[in-house]
Amino acid sequence: MFSTILFYILSVILVFSSLMVIFSRKPINSVLFLIVSFFAISGHYILLNAQFLAVVNIIVYAGAIMVLFLFTVMLLNLNKETEPKKSALVKIIAVITGCLLAVTLVGSLKGIDNAPVQDFSDNSIGLIKNLGKTLFTDFLVPFELTSVLFLASIVGTLMIGKKE
Amino acid sequence: MENIILQLQSISINSYIWLSSILFIIGIMGVLIRRNAIVVFMSIEMMLNSVNLLLAAFSVYHNDPSGQVFVFFIMVVAAAEVAVGLALLVMIYRNTQTIDINFLNKLKW
Repeated sequence: MFSTILFYILSVILVFSSLMVIFSRKPINSVLFLIVSFFAISGHYILLNAQFLAVVNIIVYAGAIMVLFLFTVMLLNLNKETEPKKSALVKIIAVITGCLLAVTLVGSLKGIDNAPVQDFSDNSIGLIKNLGKTLFTDFLVPFELTSVLFLASIVGTLMIGKKE
Repeated sequence: MENIILQLQSISINSYIWLSSILFIIGIMGVLIRRNAIVVFMSIEMMLNSVNLLLAAFSVYHNDPSGQVFVFFIMVVAAAEVAVGLALLVMIYRNTQTIDINFLNKLKW
């Protein structure tokens, strides 16, 4: 029962902060609300007993990616509300498109049967021991390939970022 | 009605499916509504995160660690993508003094 209450509190925080990311006018506020939503997602991971993912989510997303975003917002000096608004027609079309996707998802998900109630907190697959075993046996080749991906991304970033 | 109350009282996999769908739709609305390229990027991150959450939930549901390893890989790819994308944004700002995506329409038609 306690975890259920926690689930709904975290979900409300998550949805609210995600909405604020979209609707706040200053980009810096969007970045801060996105950090809040990342922490809420980490709370969800802990609720699912996926501790490794929770820690990695905080380190990688809230720690590294959001710092990059903050640096860019400050470097480009975007902290002002000069963003011109889109025309009302484009906004209406965007909202209609989103609602169409929502209707499609609701229509396809409405028919699924109620999954049996289960306690997510008594399994141990989210622990770092089991994940490490899977990562270094079944997924060894993709794991090594990500290093190549990171090398490519470093070289690409340097090539794009340097002055002529 | 009793069914709904029963469902509200327990975390089933359906709750995670609905939560992820709501997050994904919010992300798509953000991409479509906003004109600031950085906020568009953040909406894309939000969509990736909703998919991550659903993958983790299903991996716990099926008792299979492969799903969580996939989440890990998605995070890796997102980190690389953000680095390259923000470098592109800085480059665009340096050349055009704006990151309004409506001015970047040379490839549109």
